[in-house]
Amino acid sequence: MAALRLSGVQPRVLEPVDLELARGEAVFLSGPSGSGKSLLLRAIADLDPQPGQVWLDGAERSSIPAPEWRRRVGLLPAEAHWWAEQVSDHFHFGTDAKGWTVESGLLERLGFGPEVVGWAISRLSTGERQRLALARLLTNRPEALLLDEATANLDPTNRERVEAIIADYRTEHAAAVLWVSHDPEQRRRIGGRSLVIRDRRLVPEA
Amino acid sequence: MSLIALTPWDLALAAGLVLLLAFLSWRLQLGVERRVLIAATRSAVQLMLIGFVLEGLFARISLLLISLLALVMLLVAGWEVMARQKRRYSGWWGMGIGTISMFMSSFSVLILALTVIIGVKPWYQPQYSIPLLGMLLGNTMSGIAIALDSLTRSASEARGRIEARLLLGADWPVAIADIRRDALRSGLIPIVNAMAAAGIVSLPGMMTGQILAGSPPLEAAKYQLMIMFLISAGTGLGSVAAVWIGSRRLFDDRQRLRLDRLR
Repeated sequence: MAALRLSGVQPRVLEPVDLELARGEAVFLSGPSGSGKSLLLRAIADLDPQPGQVWLDGAERSSIPAPEWRRRVGLLPAEAHWWAEQVSDHFHFGTDAKGWTVESGLLERLGFGPEVVGWAISRLSTGERQRLALARLLTNRPEALLLDEATANLDPTNRERVEAIIADYRTEHAAAVLWVSHDPEQRRRIGGRSLVIRDRRLVPEA
Repeated sequence: MSLIALTPWDLALAAGLVLLLAFLSWRLQLGVERRVLIAATRSAVQLMLIGFVLEGLFARISLLLISLLALVMLLVAGWEVMARQKRRYSGWWGMGIGTISMFMSSFSVLILALTVIIGVKPWYQPQYSIPLLGMLLGNTMSGIAIALDSLTRSASEARGRIEARLLLGADWPVAIADIRRDALRSGLIPIVNAMAAAGIVSLPGMMTGQILAGSPPLEAAKYQLMIMFLISAGTGLGSVAAVWIGSRRLFDDRQRLRLDRLR
Protein backbone atom coordinates (compact mmCIF):
# COMPACT_ATOMS: atom_id res chain seq x y z
CA MET A 1 0.00 0.00 0.00
CA ALA A 2 1.25 3.47 -0.90
CA ALA A 3 2.18 5.74 1.98
CA LEU A 4 0.95 8.80 0.14
CA ARG A 5 -1.38 8.61 -2.85
CA LEU A 6 -2.82 11.45 -4.93
CA SER A 7 -5.66 11.06 -7.37
CA GLY A 8 -6.89 13.91 -9.54
CA VAL A 9 -5.42 16.57 -7.26
CA GLN A 10 -5.52 19.80 -9.21
CA PRO A 11 -4.05 23.06 -7.97
CA ARG A 12 -5.06 26.05 -10.11
CA VAL A 13 -2.16 25.98 -12.56
CA LEU A 14 -1.77 22.21 -13.05
CA GLU A 15 -3.49 19.42 -14.91
CA PRO A 16 -4.89 16.82 -12.48
CA VAL A 17 -2.07 15.02 -10.67
CA ASP A 18 -1.94 11.29 -9.90
CA LEU A 19 1.01 10.22 -7.81
CA GLU A 20 2.04 7.45 -5.43
CA LEU A 21 4.85 7.47 -2.90
CA ALA A 22 5.90 4.29 -1.14
CA ARG A 23 6.84 4.23 2.54
CA GLY A 24 10.26 5.75 3.02
CA GLU A 25 10.44 6.86 -0.60
CA ALA A 26 11.85 10.26 -1.59
CA VAL A 27 10.47 11.95 -4.70
CA PHE A 28 11.94 15.18 -5.99
CA LEU A 29 9.90 17.84 -7.67
CA SER A 30 11.23 20.64 -9.83
CA GLY A 31 10.01 23.07 -12.44
CA PRO A 32 10.14 26.75 -13.28
CA SER A 33 8.95 29.18 -10.65
CA GLY A 34 5.22 29.74 -10.81
CA SER A 35 4.69 26.29 -12.32
CA GLY A 36 2.73 25.07 -9.30
CA LYS A 37 5.20 23.11 -7.15
CA SER A 38 4.33 24.91 -3.93
CA LEU A 39 0.66 24.89 -4.85
CA LEU A 40 0.80 21.11 -5.18
CA LEU A 41 2.31 20.78 -1.69
CA ARG A 42 -0.33 23.16 -0.32
CA ALA A 43 -3.03 21.10 -2.00
CA ILE A 44 -1.77 17.91 -0.36
CA ALA A 45 -1.68 19.64 3.04
CA ASP A 46 -5.27 20.78 2.41
CA LEU A 47 -4.54 24.51 2.60
CA ASP A 48 -6.40 25.37 -0.60
CA PRO A 49 -9.73 24.05 -1.75
CA GLN A 50 -9.17 21.90 -4.84
CA PRO A 51 -10.62 18.80 -6.47
CA GLY A 52 -9.05 15.38 -6.05
CA GLN A 53 -8.34 12.91 -3.30
CA VAL A 54 -5.31 12.18 -1.14
CA TRP A 55 -4.71 9.08 0.94
CA LEU A 56 -2.23 8.65 3.73
CA ASP A 57 -1.63 5.00 4.61
CA GLY A 58 -4.93 4.12 2.99
CA ALA A 59 -7.01 6.71 4.84
CA GLU A 60 -8.63 9.34 2.65
CA ARG A 61 -8.12 12.94 3.67
CA SER A 62 -11.79 13.80 4.16
CA SER A 63 -12.10 11.05 6.79
CA ILE A 64 -9.49 12.76 8.98
CA PRO A 65 -10.03 16.09 10.78
CA ALA A 66 -8.04 18.83 9.03
CA PRO A 67 -5.68 19.71 11.94
CA GLU A 68 -4.74 16.05 12.40
CA TRP A 69 -4.24 15.65 8.65
CA ARG A 70 -1.86 18.60 8.55
CA ARG A 71 0.13 17.27 11.48
CA ARG A 72 0.46 13.93 9.73
CA VAL A 73 1.49 15.17 6.27
CA GLY A 74 4.02 17.73 7.57
CA LEU A 75 4.49 20.58 5.08
CA LEU A 76 7.61 22.71 5.48
CA PRO A 77 6.93 25.93 3.55
CA ALA A 78 9.73 27.76 1.75
CA GLU A 79 9.36 30.69 4.12
CA ALA A 80 9.23 29.86 7.83
CA HIS A 81 6.88 32.01 9.89
CA TRP A 82 7.44 32.83 13.54
CA TRP A 83 5.06 34.85 15.63
CA ALA A 84 5.89 34.66 19.33
CA GLU A 85 8.93 36.06 21.05
CA GLN A 86 10.80 32.90 21.97
CA VAL A 87 11.81 29.85 19.99
CA SER A 88 10.17 27.48 22.47
CA ASP A 89 6.75 29.18 22.11
CA HIS A 90 6.47 27.73 18.61
CA PHE A 91 6.85 24.08 19.46
CA HIS A 92 3.79 21.92 20.09
CA PHE A 93 1.76 24.84 18.87
CA GLY A 94 -1.94 24.12 18.83
CA THR A 95 -1.62 20.80 20.62
CA ASP A 96 -2.23 19.96 24.25
CA ALA A 97 1.37 18.90 24.76
CA LYS A 98 3.04 20.96 27.45
CA GLY A 99 6.66 21.87 27.80
CA TRP A 100 9.67 21.35 25.70
CA THR A 101 10.22 17.87 24.36
CA VAL A 102 12.16 17.93 21.14
CA GLU A 103 13.51 14.55 20.26
CA SER A 104 16.82 14.23 21.98
CA GLY A 105 19.75 15.17 19.85
CA LEU A 106 17.73 16.80 17.07
CA LEU A 107 18.78 20.34 17.98
CA GLU A 108 22.41 19.29 18.40
CA ARG A 109 22.37 17.61 15.02
CA LEU A 110 20.97 20.82 13.52
CA GLY A 111 23.97 22.65 14.95
CA PHE A 112 22.27 24.26 17.94
CA GLY A 113 23.09 24.11 21.63
CA PRO A 114 20.29 23.38 24.12
CA GLU A 115 20.10 27.10 25.00
CA VAL A 116 18.48 27.86 21.62
CA VAL A 117 15.03 27.20 23.04
CA GLY A 118 15.25 30.36 25.10
CA TRP A 119 16.46 32.52 22.26
CA ALA A 120 14.46 35.42 20.90
CA ILE A 121 13.24 34.84 17.36
CA SER A 122 14.50 38.27 16.35
CA ARG A 123 18.12 37.26 16.84
CA LEU A 124 17.94 34.25 14.52
CA SER A 125 19.34 34.38 11.00
CA THR A 126 17.33 33.21 7.99
CA GLY A 127 19.25 29.95 7.90
CA GLU A 128 18.78 29.36 11.61
CA ARG A 129 15.07 29.96 11.23
CA GLN A 130 14.89 27.48 8.40
CA ARG A 131 16.65 24.80 10.42
CA LEU A 132 14.49 25.43 13.47
CA ALA A 133 11.39 25.27 11.29
CA LEU A 134 12.39 21.73 10.38
CA ALA A 135 12.83 20.85 14.07
CA ARG A 136 9.43 22.40 14.80
CA LEU A 137 7.85 20.31 12.06
CA LEU A 138 9.50 17.04 13.09
CA THR A 139 8.27 17.41 16.68
CA ASN A 140 4.81 16.63 15.31
CA ARG A 141 6.15 13.27 14.02
CA PRO A 142 4.59 13.57 10.55
CA GLU A 143 4.13 10.35 8.57
CA ALA A 144 5.03 12.10 5.32
CA LEU A 145 7.18 15.16 4.64
CA LEU A 146 6.40 17.82 2.08
CA LEU A 147 9.51 19.95 1.79
CA ASP A 148 9.50 23.21 -0.13
CA GLU A 149 13.14 24.09 -0.79
CA ALA A 150 14.11 22.99 2.69
CA THR A 151 17.77 23.87 2.26
CA ALA A 152 17.55 26.95 0.03
CA ASN A 153 19.00 29.36 2.59
CA LEU A 154 21.67 27.10 4.08
CA ASP A 155 25.42 26.99 3.82
CA PRO A 156 27.00 23.66 2.71
CA THR A 157 27.63 22.46 6.29
CA ASN A 158 24.09 23.04 7.41
CA ARG A 159 22.68 21.72 4.17
CA GLU A 160 24.42 18.45 4.83
CA ARG A 161 23.15 18.41 8.40
CA VAL A 162 19.57 18.89 7.24
CA GLU A 163 19.90 16.30 4.48
CA ALA A 164 21.24 13.76 6.97
CA ILE A 165 18.43 14.44 9.44
CA ILE A 166 15.78 14.06 6.79
CA ALA A 167 17.38 10.85 5.50
CA ASP A 168 17.41 9.38 9.01
CA TYR A 169 13.87 10.47 9.72
CA ARG A 170 12.78 8.85 6.48
CA THR A 171 14.35 5.53 7.37
CA GLU A 172 13.37 5.58 11.00
CA HIS A 173 9.71 6.46 10.46
CA ALA A 174 9.31 5.02 6.96
CA ALA A 175 8.14 8.48 5.96
CA ALA A 176 7.43 9.33 2.32
CA VAL A 177 9.15 12.57 1.32
CA LEU A 178 8.01 14.85 -1.48
CA TRP A 179 10.78 17.37 -1.92
CA VAL A 180 10.77 20.51 -4.05
CA SER A 181 14.41 21.15 -4.91
CA HIS A 182 16.19 22.96 -7.70
CA ASP A 183 19.54 21.46 -6.84
CA PRO A 184 20.44 18.52 -9.15
CA GLU A 185 23.42 17.71 -6.92
CA GLN A 186 21.12 17.34 -3.95
CA ARG A 187 18.82 15.04 -5.88
CA ARG A 188 21.79 12.92 -6.88
CA ARG A 189 23.15 12.80 -3.32
CA ILE A 190 19.88 11.63 -1.85
CA GLY A 191 18.58 9.51 -4.72
CA GLY A 192 15.03 8.64 -5.63
CA ARG A 193 12.65 9.57 -8.42
CA SER A 194 12.70 13.04 -9.93
CA LEU A 195 9.59 14.63 -11.37
CA VAL A 196 9.35 17.88 -13.23
CA ILE A 197 6.45 20.12 -14.13
CA ARG A 198 6.32 20.70 -17.85
CA ASP A 199 3.36 22.22 -19.71
CA ARG A 200 1.20 22.05 -16.61
CA ARG A 201 1.89 18.33 -16.24
CA LEU A 202 3.91 16.36 -13.73
CA VAL A 203 6.28 14.13 -15.73
CA PRO A 204 9.35 12.00 -14.88
CA GLU A 205 12.54 13.92 -15.45
CA ALA A 206 14.40 12.73 -18.52
CA MET B 1 -36.16 76.95 31.95
CA SER B 2 -37.79 75.93 28.71
CA LEU B 3 -36.76 75.26 25.15
CA ILE B 4 -36.17 78.28 22.90
CA ALA B 5 -37.47 77.35 19.45
CA LEU B 6 -35.04 77.89 16.58
CA THR B 7 -36.18 79.96 13.61
CA PRO B 8 -35.07 79.20 10.03
CA TRP B 9 -32.88 82.30 10.37
CA ASP B 10 -31.00 80.79 13.29
CA LEU B 11 -30.29 77.66 11.27
CA ALA B 12 -29.25 79.69 8.25
CA LEU B 13 -26.75 81.53 10.37
CA ALA B 14 -25.21 78.26 11.57
CA ALA B 15 -25.22 76.95 8.01
CA GLY B 16 -23.35 80.09 6.99
CA LEU B 17 -20.44 78.89 9.11
CA VAL B 18 -20.30 75.65 7.12
CA LEU B 19 -20.31 77.67 3.92
CA LEU B 20 -17.41 79.67 5.31
CA LEU B 21 -15.56 76.43 6.00
CA ALA B 22 -16.20 75.26 2.42
CA PHE B 23 -14.97 78.60 1.12
CA LEU B 24 -11.80 78.30 3.20
CA SER B 25 -11.22 74.79 1.91
CA TRP B 26 -11.55 76.07 -1.66
CA ARG B 27 -9.22 79.03 -1.10
CA LEU B 28 -6.60 76.94 0.70
CA GLN B 29 -6.96 74.15 -1.86
CA LEU B 30 -7.71 71.55 0.79
CA GLY B 31 -9.98 69.75 -1.65
CA VAL B 32 -12.66 68.86 0.88
CA GLU B 33 -15.19 71.61 0.05
CA ARG B 34 -17.32 69.29 -2.06
CA ARG B 35 -17.42 66.67 0.65
CA VAL B 36 -18.20 69.22 3.35
CA LEU B 37 -21.12 70.62 1.37
CA ILE B 38 -22.52 67.22 0.44
CA ALA B 39 -22.27 65.97 4.02
CA ALA B 40 -23.91 69.14 5.37
CA THR B 41 -26.73 68.87 2.85
CA ARG B 42 -27.18 65.18 3.64
CA SER B 43 -27.40 65.82 7.35
CA ALA B 44 -29.86 68.68 6.82
CA VAL B 45 -32.18 66.57 4.68
CA GLN B 46 -31.84 63.45 6.86
CA LEU B 47 -32.40 65.24 10.17
CA MET B 48 -35.41 67.26 8.94
CA LEU B 49 -36.84 64.07 7.50
CA ILE B 50 -36.42 62.09 10.70
CA GLY B 51 -37.92 65.06 12.56
CA PHE B 52 -41.05 64.81 10.44
CA VAL B 53 -41.16 61.03 10.73
CA LEU B 54 -40.87 61.19 14.51
CA GLU B 55 -43.57 63.86 14.75
CA GLY B 56 -45.84 61.47 12.88
CA LEU B 57 -44.81 58.48 14.99
CA PHE B 58 -45.36 60.38 18.25
CA ALA B 59 -48.81 61.45 17.15
CA ARG B 60 -49.94 57.92 16.40
CA ILE B 61 -48.06 55.26 18.35
CA SER B 62 -47.95 52.03 16.35
CA LEU B 63 -45.62 49.12 16.99
CA LEU B 64 -45.65 48.23 13.30
CA LEU B 65 -44.51 51.68 12.15
CA ILE B 66 -41.87 51.86 14.88
CA SER B 67 -40.55 48.44 13.89
CA LEU B 68 -40.43 49.55 10.29
CA LEU B 69 -38.38 52.61 11.15
CA ALA B 70 -36.10 50.49 13.35
CA LEU B 71 -35.59 48.09 10.46
CA VAL B 72 -34.66 50.93 8.10
CA MET B 73 -32.20 52.28 10.67
CA LEU B 74 -30.68 48.82 11.10
CA LEU B 75 -30.26 48.27 7.35
CA VAL B 76 -28.67 51.66 6.82
CA ALA B 77 -26.27 50.98 9.70
CA GLY B 78 -25.47 47.56 8.19
CA TRP B 79 -24.74 49.26 4.89
CA GLU B 80 -22.47 51.78 6.61
CA VAL B 81 -20.49 49.02 8.33
CA MET B 82 -19.92 47.39 4.96
CA ALA B 83 -19.00 50.65 3.26
CA ARG B 84 -16.27 51.29 5.83
CA GLN B 85 -14.47 48.01 5.16
CA LYS B 86 -11.31 48.07 3.10
CA ARG B 87 -11.66 44.36 2.40
CA ARG B 88 -15.30 43.31 2.43
CA TYR B 89 -16.78 39.87 2.65
CA SER B 90 -18.15 39.00 -0.76
CA GLY B 91 -21.81 38.35 -1.40
CA TRP B 92 -24.53 38.50 1.20
CA TRP B 93 -21.97 38.30 4.02
CA GLY B 94 -20.63 41.78 3.29
CA MET B 95 -23.66 43.43 4.78
CA GLY B 96 -24.98 40.44 6.70
CA ILE B 97 -22.27 40.12 9.35
CA GLY B 98 -22.56 43.72 10.54
CA THR B 99 -26.35 43.79 10.33
CA ILE B 100 -26.87 40.57 12.25
CA SER B 101 -24.35 41.53 14.93
CA MET B 102 -25.97 44.93 15.40
CA PHE B 103 -29.41 43.38 15.50
CA MET B 104 -28.35 40.91 18.19
CA SER B 105 -26.59 43.50 20.33
CA SER B 106 -28.45 46.80 19.87
CA PHE B 107 -31.95 45.38 19.89
CA SER B 108 -31.48 43.14 22.90
CA VAL B 109 -29.82 45.93 24.89
CA LEU B 110 -32.57 48.34 23.79
CA ILE B 111 -35.41 46.06 24.83
CA LEU B 112 -33.74 45.40 28.16
CA ALA B 113 -33.38 49.14 28.73
CA LEU B 114 -36.95 49.94 27.76
CA THR B 115 -38.65 47.19 29.70
CA VAL B 116 -36.46 46.70 32.78
CA ILE B 117 -34.31 49.79 33.31
CA ILE B 118 -36.50 52.71 32.26
CA GLY B 119 -39.80 50.83 32.39
CA VAL B 120 -41.64 52.84 29.73
CA LYS B 121 -45.25 51.96 28.96
CA PRO B 122 -45.87 50.79 26.33
CA TRP B 123 -42.28 49.58 26.07
CA TYR B 124 -41.95 50.68 22.46
CA GLN B 125 -43.00 54.28 23.11
CA PRO B 126 -41.17 56.11 20.30
CA GLN B 127 -40.07 59.08 22.41
CA TYR B 128 -37.74 56.65 24.19
CA SER B 129 -37.23 53.75 21.82
CA ILE B 130 -36.18 55.58 18.66
CA PRO B 131 -33.57 57.99 20.13
CA LEU B 132 -32.12 55.17 22.26
CA LEU B 133 -31.94 52.85 19.29
CA GLY B 134 -30.33 55.58 17.25
CA MET B 135 -27.60 56.15 19.79
CA LEU B 136 -27.05 52.43 20.28
CA LEU B 137 -26.87 51.70 16.57
CA GLY B 138 -24.66 54.67 15.81
CA ASN B 139 -22.03 53.71 18.35
CA THR B 140 -22.27 49.97 17.85
CA MET B 141 -21.92 50.57 14.13
CA SER B 142 -18.59 52.35 14.60
CA GLY B 143 -17.26 49.67 16.93
CA ILE B 144 -18.24 46.82 14.64
CA ALA B 145 -16.92 48.60 11.56
CA ILE B 146 -13.53 49.14 13.20
CA ALA B 147 -13.38 45.60 14.61
CA LEU B 148 -14.28 43.94 11.31
CA ASP B 149 -11.91 46.13 9.35
CA SER B 150 -9.09 45.24 11.71
CA LEU B 151 -9.98 41.54 11.49
CA THR B 152 -10.02 41.27 7.71
CA ARG B 153 -7.05 43.55 7.20
CA SER B 154 -4.82 41.73 9.70
CA ALA B 155 -5.93 38.33 8.46
CA SER B 156 -4.94 39.28 4.91
CA GLU B 157 -1.59 40.60 6.07
CA ALA B 158 -0.86 37.68 8.38
CA ARG B 159 -1.74 34.92 5.98
CA GLY B 160 1.67 33.25 6.25
CA ARG B 161 1.56 33.27 10.03
CA ILE B 162 -1.99 31.91 10.20
CA GLU B 163 -1.23 29.15 7.72
CA ALA B 164 2.00 28.28 9.51
CA ARG B 165 -0.09 27.62 12.62
CA LEU B 166 -2.63 25.59 10.67
CA LEU B 167 0.21 23.54 9.21
CA LEU B 168 1.44 22.71 12.68
CA GLY B 169 -1.99 21.26 13.42
CA ALA B 170 -3.67 24.19 15.14
CA ASP B 171 -7.45 24.53 14.98
CA TRP B 172 -8.68 27.67 13.25
CA PRO B 173 -9.63 29.56 16.44
CA VAL B 174 -6.08 29.05 17.73
CA ALA B 175 -4.57 30.02 14.39
CA ILE B 176 -6.37 33.37 14.36
CA ALA B 177 -6.62 34.00 18.12
CA ASP B 178 -4.26 36.98 18.35
CA ILE B 179 -5.80 38.67 15.31
CA ARG B 180 -9.26 38.20 16.75
CA ARG B 181 -8.19 39.65 20.08
CA ASP B 182 -6.67 42.73 18.45
CA ALA B 183 -9.76 43.26 16.32
CA LEU B 184 -12.02 43.16 19.38
CA ARG B 185 -9.78 45.50 21.28
CA SER B 186 -9.71 48.07 18.49
CA GLY B 187 -13.51 47.94 18.23
CA LEU B 188 -13.88 48.69 21.93
CA ILE B 189 -11.30 51.45 22.25
CA PRO B 190 -13.54 54.35 21.05
CA ILE B 191 -16.30 53.72 23.58
CA VAL B 192 -13.85 53.09 26.41
CA ASN B 193 -12.13 56.37 25.59
CA ALA B 194 -15.48 58.15 25.40
CA MET B 195 -16.42 56.83 28.84
CA ALA B 196 -13.10 57.84 30.31
CA ALA B 197 -13.26 61.39 28.95
CA ALA B 198 -16.98 61.96 29.50
CA GLY B 199 -17.77 65.01 31.55
CA ILE B 200 -14.21 66.28 31.76
CA VAL B 201 -13.18 66.82 28.20
CA SER B 202 -16.63 66.92 26.67
CA LEU B 203 -20.26 66.97 27.65
CA PRO B 204 -21.72 64.06 25.71
CA GLY B 205 -24.32 64.93 23.07
CA MET B 206 -27.30 63.43 24.76
CA MET B 207 -26.68 65.18 28.06
CA THR B 208 -26.11 68.47 26.25
CA GLY B 209 -29.39 68.01 24.44
CA GLN B 210 -31.33 67.30 27.59
CA ILE B 211 -29.84 70.27 29.39
CA LEU B 212 -30.65 72.55 26.43
CA ALA B 213 -34.20 71.19 26.51
CA GLY B 214 -34.50 72.18 30.15
CA SER B 215 -33.82 69.00 32.11
CA PRO B 216 -32.09 69.33 35.49
CA PRO B 217 -28.38 68.62 34.87
CA LEU B 218 -28.30 65.80 37.41
CA GLU B 219 -31.16 64.01 35.65
CA ALA B 220 -29.38 64.55 32.35
CA ALA B 221 -26.18 63.10 33.84
CA LYS B 222 -28.04 60.01 35.02
CA TYR B 223 -29.56 59.44 31.59
CA GLN B 224 -26.17 59.95 30.00
CA LEU B 225 -24.60 57.41 32.35
CA MET B 226 -27.24 54.87 31.53
CA ILE B 227 -26.87 55.37 27.80
CA MET B 228 -23.08 55.10 28.02
CA PHE B 229 -23.33 51.82 29.85
CA LEU B 230 -25.86 50.57 27.34
CA ILE B 231 -23.67 51.67 24.44
CA SER B 232 -20.61 49.93 25.91
CA ALA B 233 -22.57 46.74 26.40
CA GLY B 234 -24.06 47.01 22.93
CA THR B 235 -20.75 47.76 21.27
CA GLY B 236 -19.02 44.99 23.18
CA LEU B 237 -21.63 42.36 22.40
CA GLY B 238 -21.89 43.51 18.79
CA SER B 239 -18.13 43.47 18.24
CA VAL B 240 -17.80 40.03 19.81
CA ALA B 241 -20.58 38.71 17.58
CA ALA B 242 -19.19 40.36 14.44
CA VAL B 243 -15.63 39.21 15.06
CA TRP B 244 -16.80 35.69 15.85
CA ILE B 245 -19.00 35.37 12.76
CA GLY B 246 -16.43 37.19 10.64
CA SER B 247 -13.50 35.02 11.67
CA ARG B 248 -15.54 31.84 11.29
CA ARG B 249 -16.35 32.93 7.76
CA LEU B 250 -12.62 33.27 7.00
CA PHE B 251 -12.26 29.50 7.36
CA ASP B 252 -14.14 26.71 5.63
CA ASP B 253 -15.19 23.27 6.83
CA ARG B 254 -11.63 21.95 6.32
CA GLN B 255 -10.26 24.86 8.36
CA ARG B 256 -8.57 26.46 5.36
CA LEU B 257 -7.96 30.19 5.45
CA ARG B 258 -10.26 31.51 2.72
CA LEU B 259 -9.13 35.02 1.89
CA ASP B 260 -10.88 34.55 -1.44
CA ARG B 261 -14.07 35.17 0.48
CA LEU B 262 -12.99 38.79 0.83
CA ARG B 263 -13.10 41.30 -1.95
